[in-house]
Amino acid sequence: MLPSMTLIREFVGLWLLIVLFACHNQPNDMVSFNRDIRPIFNAKCLRCHGGVKANGDLSLLFEEDAFKPTQSGYPAIVPGKSQQSQLYKRLIQKDPELRMPLENPPLTEQEIKLIGRWIDQGAKWEKHWAYIKPAPEVQPPAHVKDTSHFIGNDIDLFVLQKLGEKGLSPNPKADPGTLKRRLFLDLTGLPPNQSELEKYFSAESPHSIEDLVDSLIASPHYGERWASMWLDLARYADTKGYEKDQNREIWRFRDYVIDAFNADKPFDQFSIEQLAGDLLPNPSEEQLIATAFHRNSMSNDEGGTDDEEFRIASVIERVSTTYEVWQSTTMACVQCHSHPYDPFRHEDFYRSMAYFNNAEDRDNYNENPKLATYYHENKEEAKSLIDWFYQNEPSELLPPRTGSLYDQRTALLDKLRFRSTEAENYSQSSPFIEIIWPDLDMLWQTQDSSWVKFEKVDLDQVEKIGFVAATELNYAGDISVHLDSLNGPEIGRTKITRTGHWNGWQGSKPSQKNLLREFKADIKQTSGQHDIYFRFWVGDTYIQHLFYLDKINYYEKNAPYLQLTQEGKNQLNKLFEIPTTNTPIIQELNTEHARKTFVFDRGSWLSPGEQVEEEIPNIFQENQEELPKNRLDFAHWLVSTDNPLSARVIVNRIWEQIFGRGLVETMEEFGTQGDLPSHPELLDWLADRLMYDYHWQLKPLVREIVLSGTYQQSSDIDSTKIELDPDNRWLSHGPRVRLSAEQIRDQMITISGLLNPSVGGPSVIIPDLKISDSQVPKWALTDPENYFRRSLYIFWKRTDPYANLITFDSPDRTVCTSRRIRTNTPLQALNLLNDETYLQASYALAKKMHFYKTYEAQIKEGYFLVTGQKASEQKLKSLKNLYEFATEKYQNQEIPEIIKEEIKDQSNQNELAALTLVANVLFNMDEFVVKK
Amino acid sequence: MNIYKEAIIKEAQYNTRRHFLRKCMSGMGALTLGTMVNQPLFASENPLDLPNPHFSPKAKHVIYLHMAGAPSQLELFDYKPLLEKLNGQDCPASLLEGKRFAFIRGVPKMLGPQSTFKQHGASGAWISDYLPHFSGVADDVCFIKSMYTNEFNHAPAQFYLQTGSPRTGRPCMGSWVTYGLGSENSDLPGFIVLLSRGGTSAGKRIWGSGFLPTVHQGVQCNTKGEPVLNLENPQGIDSALRKKSIQTINEINELEYNATNDPEILTRISQYELAFKMQTSVPDVMNIDAEPAYIKEMYGATPGENSFANNCLLARRLVEKGVRFVQLYDQGWDTHGASPGNGVDQGLRDSCGYIDQAITALILDLKQRGMLEETLVVWGGEFGRTPMMEARTGKNFFGRDHNSEAFTIWMAGGGVKNGITVGETDEIGFAGIRDRVHIHDLQATILHLLGLNHEKLTYRFQGRDYRLTDVHGNVVKSIV
Repeated sequence: MLPSMTLIREFVGLWLLIVLFACHNQPNDMVSFNRDIRPIFNAKCLRCHGGVKANGDLSLLFEEDAFKPTQSGYPAIVPGKSQQSQLYKRLIQKDPELRMPLENPPLTEQEIKLIGRWIDQGAKWEKHWAYIKPAPEVQPPAHVKDTSHFIGNDIDLFVLQKLGEKGLSPNPKADPGTLKRRLFLDLTGLPPNQSELEKYFSAESPHSIEDLVDSLIASPHYGERWASMWLDLARYADTKGYEKDQNREIWRFRDYVIDAFNADKPFDQFSIEQLAGDLLPNPSEEQLIATAFHRNSMSNDEGGTDDEEFRIASVIERVSTTYEVWQSTTMACVQCHSHPYDPFRHEDFYRSMAYFNNAEDRDNYNENPKLATYYHENKEEAKSLIDWFYQNEPSELLPPRTGSLYDQRTALLDKLRFRSTEAENYSQSSPFIEIIWPDLDMLWQTQDSSWVKFEKVDLDQVEKIGFVAATELNYAGDISVHLDSLNGPEIGRTKITRTGHWNGWQGSKPSQKNLLREFKADIKQTSGQHDIYFRFWVGDTYIQHLFYLDKINYYEKNAPYLQLTQEGKNQLNKLFEIPTTNTPIIQELNTEHARKTFVFDRGSWLSPGEQVEEEIPNIFQENQEELPKNRLDFAHWLVSTDNPLSARVIVNRIWEQIFGRGLVETMEEFGTQGDLPSHPELLDWLADRLMYDYHWQLKPLVREIVLSGTYQQSSDIDSTKIELDPDNRWLSHGPRVRLSAEQIRDQMITISGLLNPSVGGPSVIIPDLKISDSQVPKWALTDPENYFRRSLYIFWKRTDPYANLITFDSPDRTVCTSRRIRTNTPLQALNLLNDETYLQASYALAKKMHFYKTYEAQIKEGYFLVTGQKASEQKLKSLKNLYEFATEKYQNQEIPEIIKEEIKDQSNQNELAALTLVANVLFNMDEFVVKK
Repeated sequence: MNIYKEAIIKEAQYNTRRHFLRKCMSGMGALTLGTMVNQPLFASENPLDLPNPHFSPKAKHVIYLHMAGAPSQLELFDYKPLLEKLNGQDCPASLLEGKRFAFIRGVPKMLGPQSTFKQHGASGAWISDYLPHFSGVADDVCFIKSMYTNEFNHAPAQFYLQTGSPRTGRPCMGSWVTYGLGSENSDLPGFIVLLSRGGTSAGKRIWGSGFLPTVHQGVQCNTKGEPVLNLENPQGIDSALRKKSIQTINEINELEYNATNDPEILTRISQYELAFKMQTSVPDVMNIDAEPAYIKEMYGATPGENSFANNCLLARRLVEKGVRFVQLYDQGWDTHGASPGNGVDQGLRDSCGYIDQAITALILDLKQRGMLEETLVVWGGEFGRTPMMEARTGKNFFGRDHNSEAFTIWMAGGGVKNGITVGETDEIGFAGIRDRVHIHDLQATILHLLGLNHEKLTYRFQGRDYRLTDVHGNVVKSIV
């Protein structure tokens, strides 16, 4: 490399490098704070002089603290004068009681010299790179001669420059088959199926790589693939976590994410909707569902726990998650004390928490507030029922028709004073009430002296309250109704008696609806709204379970619905019965109930300190004209071009998904404890591109990345590359990484043709989960046609997730996960070899292979279906060898039952058994479990 | 993962692979590359940073016998004559102030011990007549009578004891230990979990590795049915076919390696070899029938069943093979007295009968093999029981509610002083009054016995260094 060439390239990026690192092009004697000094402070000083401890009143974490007078009354650093700076003098002290770092080895001579020189040169402090906005208009380095075969677009110029610096050169382009499979897996998470193989993988295929990329990006499976990434961040699961780990109906959020990626909803909008969709003007159903992002935090139904404690725990978790997801900034430490290494103060955490502290939800069983929406398949029915009223009933009985279908339904029932409440829908209860698995949808399991509370019930016109209940006891007990407090005036009472008999252990829920009967209590005339308490009293005998309660109906004097025709009443009942999906969402408390936010001393909610208001961390406030005042402002700020991190962070996540490693390797941490970016200019260039050229749309960004020469390189490596670039940090070759847990299973069921490719809908219970019937939520899909849906639809139970996914390093989704650590274990081998479902997939693939005549052709076809490649002679030989060995063995031994059941002819049986074994081997090859 | 440690591991893996490459020349079949996960984490680390182990260990293995549901200390080890006298009297209000109970409401009655106590051994330890066998090894164990915790419901308390946090998401003790020390046997997982009578109410995540790499999660083994999930070949594929197919996989992977040079493929090849070896080694070690009759008799083990006695015998076999941490969970100790068979009278007596012979045999067997010195055996629940009668149902079955303030555990072997008792509870056994030992202290002590400093065994996650003992824990110096 000619020196002049280097110089030109360096010059182009010069101003940027100065801003970012101020290191490359400085005269050699200039010390850089970020490059030279901060690492020493972090490693050797901050333990005692940082965010947790500031011994001697010296902290080297914040610029303003470092130059303040210390305990001695004088600042430790005197810029320009190392000999007068205590900081320096204490490093060279001979007396071990004075010499720093105390009770630790001294700094090296080199380190001491650097610190001395830094002070002498004026002790200039620098912000950490991540807190400086990406410079706008970053330019890619100039073209270098003879690299045109490699250059796909500007990304490659950045990569090439680094490769040159490291003495590396790019790999040749991957062969077409490999590249196409890579694209399928990266863009849709699925391998090509048989027809796609025919369309794109034959030598005569007229489709260019660009065509393929465009069609994959437009595929509905694109959204599923990228949703998998986002769901780890959103800690999405189908249960609430903690001890009870009850089910949670929140799958609509997953579908929202899939739809958003498919529609290429701009990332800023996507973010704002999830963080503050409820505060947007007239939010749509979709925007409200988006807020379920933060309803994925865990909640605790364990008996005897304090709801406020766990409400606060989830708000704290939401703050940490928000910073991790959008800022790759870990805030967990700041909960208890100022950040030990990064410029975040203890109060900063709670100021951010103030934005999130006014969400209405409060760790209740019922998870209110929730948004009811109709299932797609019921929308038509609901609409036609509502239509019926407007066509057939007098208009003075009916409310104006506005809002979503469910809003219209609610307005109609309200106006007609048809009032009924699901039994679970209460706000508080005594500890003796348990909710029956799995849905909390139906029943209380009540014991003597239990009670429940309903808030602000309008009793004005109420004459009777009906309790729809079931019991096997002759006289199960009484329900009494009390006003305003548990021991308040009794305004009604009824007796619950035997409704029938059903099978099962004492306490199982009644098997049929017709075992329920309504028991009505006369209600004393009461005016206005009141909190009411229902108390339950033991009857003539005592066992643990008294009765089950399904519903509570309120009967009003002269309720308008009584004036409906009989048909009208029937229609009303039908409308009431149409099932809905009820998704927990975020709703802001109105200002009169707004909560105050306090700094918690050492993170304990029991020790509130100073009260704080909504504010973003100090470090981000510079040059910020207006500070965000509420959650919506905060969300806007987070994805504004003023924010130094959001664009870089999402670019980094996408990069990591595609290359197996982020430009910043520590996905979760861009702070000083994280890794430095391998290609800082490229990261900033991509971030700028996303914000300014693509207006936060991710599809063009993904497209640009996969069309780069960098991406399209072959993943093969040689010994030089193993030495110089073992982790592919410098991108000297294409990605070769093990697929994610979901991709491995999805790939197997796609190739074998078992995949049910439907997109979206409720989560699926598969037999492998071994969830007992009594714990299956009624909204989940359980029919066999859904067993082979993509993995992201499998019911996710936090305390017991699908073992096959955990084995391949998926997290349990209790908290936000930025990065899955890939392991390589014998349990993974056993899983792919012996799992019954995977054997089924092997057999399905064997049947496809068996379509061909000779076993050579069958094996060739199998290998092609699995890899999109032609098998080499040597590999074919190994596989044929196995086939021959197996067919011989199977002449004298049992073949798998699944084959025997289906295939009657014996020679076919043996062939298929041998092919199943071959398919099983194909599904265990390294080239199958990795993307290369 | 801590970036530095990650780099060290990567380097070690890389070097191992290079070593492996050289060996490759002399043929694939002869290879045994132990899985990286069984290598101790700190082996190649800067000795100043994290020595391996942090200091000289006394114990090399742990067998943790967790009695899920929480046995009553008041019927077993913590003898309280005063409580006997107070039997049936109303509990004084002062004892109930500010206390939260899971089930007790109103003013409960005091409940005297339902068992009879005698002193045993040279140490004169008080042991109940519920444990006739165990009484004979009184001098081999060390009792801690002043254990306490902060959780009063089962699952949170189990998580708290096993992971240091009452909620899910943290690695458990066994995961931390294999993360810190690796395993001695490369053919078996380093951390194995055995369940009897249903295991725990906390579910499988309690032996999860939390944020540690999943290689450190506990592997659940069964004495009945398939010993490890997916270990057995599916019906229709026998061992010869499996061997041949793994051979084929490895041949193809070797070709792939030759073409691509990705060192990760070599690890994969070795993992398939290990998987194949586990298919033999695990059933071998799980086959307790191979033990001589007198040993089976000693434990009361019946091969082919799922039982606590079988698990105890198996635990010894696993430790013998070099498994680092064996965790047993036995369910059935939650003696509320909700029904006649669920009290501290007959119910607890039955549960004790179920384990008594086996725990005693485990100690004696380890001792006779000279393994007790380096194997730490821990026995206990997640909390204790109240000196008050619960009487939840209004009927007088003799039950006790959960008590987080006092419970008894015992330890044997692994460098623990034997024949001693640490700590003391008040006159009715309600709370510790001397040398109280928090569950974090217990964790710190177990790690200490293994040569690990609980403050240095950390893992960086979400920007914070986490450890088993959170920010607490003191080693109980008097027993080590």
